[in-house]
Amino acid sequence: MAKFSHAILEKNVILLAIATLITVSIGGLVEIVPLYTIKSTIEPVKGVRPYSPLELAGRQIYIREGCYNCHSQMVRPFRDEVERYGPYSLAAESMYDHPFQWGSKRTGPDLARVGGKYSNAWQVQHLVDPRSVEPGSVMPPYSFLLRRKLGREDIARHLQANKAVGVPYTPAMIAAAYADMVAQADPEGDHDHDALLERYPKAMIADFDGKPEELTEMDALVAYLQILGRMVDFKKYTVKDLQQ
Amino acid sequence: MPTKVEKDLYTGQATTGHEWDGIRELNTPLPRWWLWVLYATIAWSVVYFILYPAIPGLSGYTKGVLGYSSRVEIGQKIAAAKAAQGKYLDGIRTSSLADIRKDDRLLRFALAGGKAAFADNCAPCHAVGGTGNPGGYPSLADDDWLWGGGLEEIHETILFGVRNEDDDARTSEMPAFGGEEEDATLTPEQIADVAEFVLSLGKRSTDAAAAARGAPLYKEHCATCHGAAGKGDRDQGAPRLADAIWLRDGSKDGIVAQIAKPTMGAMPAWRTRLDAETIKMLAVYVHALGGGE
Repeated sequence: MAKFSHAILEKNVILLAIATLITVSIGGLVEIVPLYTIKSTIEPVKGVRPYSPLELAGRQIYIREGCYNCHSQMVRPFRDEVERYGPYSLAAESMYDHPFQWGSKRTGPDLARVGGKYSNAWQVQHLVDPRSVEPGSVMPPYSFLLRRKLGREDIARHLQANKAVGVPYTPAMIAAAYADMVAQADPEGDHDHDALLERYPKAMIADFDGKPEELTEMDALVAYLQILGRMVDFKKYTVKDLQQ
Repeated sequence: MPTKVEKDLYTGQATTGHEWDGIRELNTPLPRWWLWVLYATIAWSVVYFILYPAIPGLSGYTKGVLGYSSRVEIGQKIAAAKAAQGKYLDGIRTSSLADIRKDDRLLRFALAGGKAAFADNCAPCHAVGGTGNPGGYPSLADDDWLWGGGLEEIHETILFGVRNEDDDARTSEMPAFGGEEEDATLTPEQIADVAEFVLSLGKRSTDAAAAARGAPLYKEHCATCHGAAGKGDRDQGAPRLADAIWLRDGSKDGIVAQIAKPTMGAMPAWRTRLDAETIKMLAVYVHALGGGE
């Protein structure tokens, strides 16, 4: 066999392509495979659950409106961030996010721990007219969310799609998806709220938008915002538990 | 491949030996300093690999001889910051709210800490400086308190919040007096009369006859919570009506809307998010905003 020379690769396009592929694959595999095999990649914390149907619908609106362009969902492990926002974000907290909303741009504040920080009424008022509560805000108003019906009769299929990429929605969750979605925004109605809470612990059940007769996109978005960062009880874990 | 390395006639440099349609290329070496910087970065990467977590394996990764972990580091930094504030935080923890106010050193610390926590957690609703926002977010800088303006009362409100899921939250509910004709407690005319009477409590009524018609209705339906003279009831968070400070729209239309179908504010239980010392500092700070009792 002739001595290997770079000239051989450079003169043969197919050979060059194959060799490039092999080289790039090695780099990729070395970086990606350990993430699946190292246990500490995802911290062993309890409480992270799939989004409830209403939260999932809200999450889709969050993505549709491009909220991630200005809001990150990633409290970094720096003291100033932890003091401002709360415990730093864990990989485990976004393991059911497809796609995750970590973001890298903060025109507005980080939202990873915004759940429960403000009342529903405040969230709605702020989305309708941000400057009515935050005079210096540059956020655009989203008042139309209050007028748009949520629809989403096909929410079960969205759960199913998430299941296909590994989110552990059970058949019972998928079967009850639409009912659960309606129930979460209708605290006074005749729904099985206990079953909803059993499927989705800590889900906030409320008439989020202040319009009890209607299920709007505002209901869904606020329901989503109100669960952000609330699933894991950080009082139970020490630095050692979370060390990767 | 042509590999005829020649010396360039004009510069004296060697060429690369390649030739493309008669064009040849000088093989000028990289500047010496640049090359050494490159070598230095390569050497540093080796040092870094040894000192810090670097190379992933199948079940773990090389931890590096320094044993560095960003999560351990931030834990230490927060602990160090807490330790640096230790004597103050201990003082805040062990002293009563009234004693914090008496101790000049603790008071200054509490006001500074309270201000920082307020800016991030409270100002979105109550505005910077606690001046309140339209839409039912009360001013904290005046004498008009819904649930009480004493240190302990403010502290309790911050701890447990108002109308939330917390079992100890401050809760009350104003009934809706309007509604569909047959279900309504009061007719639209009666509601308008009551609203006129409510205006008269703050000496703003312009229709004495309507106010007089509203008086007995007010006594029957409203006085239990808001008081006969409209002084309010802090045990129930029932606002004072006999003044010019209005949580929501204080016009007649606004009052009519509120009687017919009331909206009520809510506030999170901050004990779920903030530590006990921060909440105490917040209470002292809010108390000092101007309306503390």
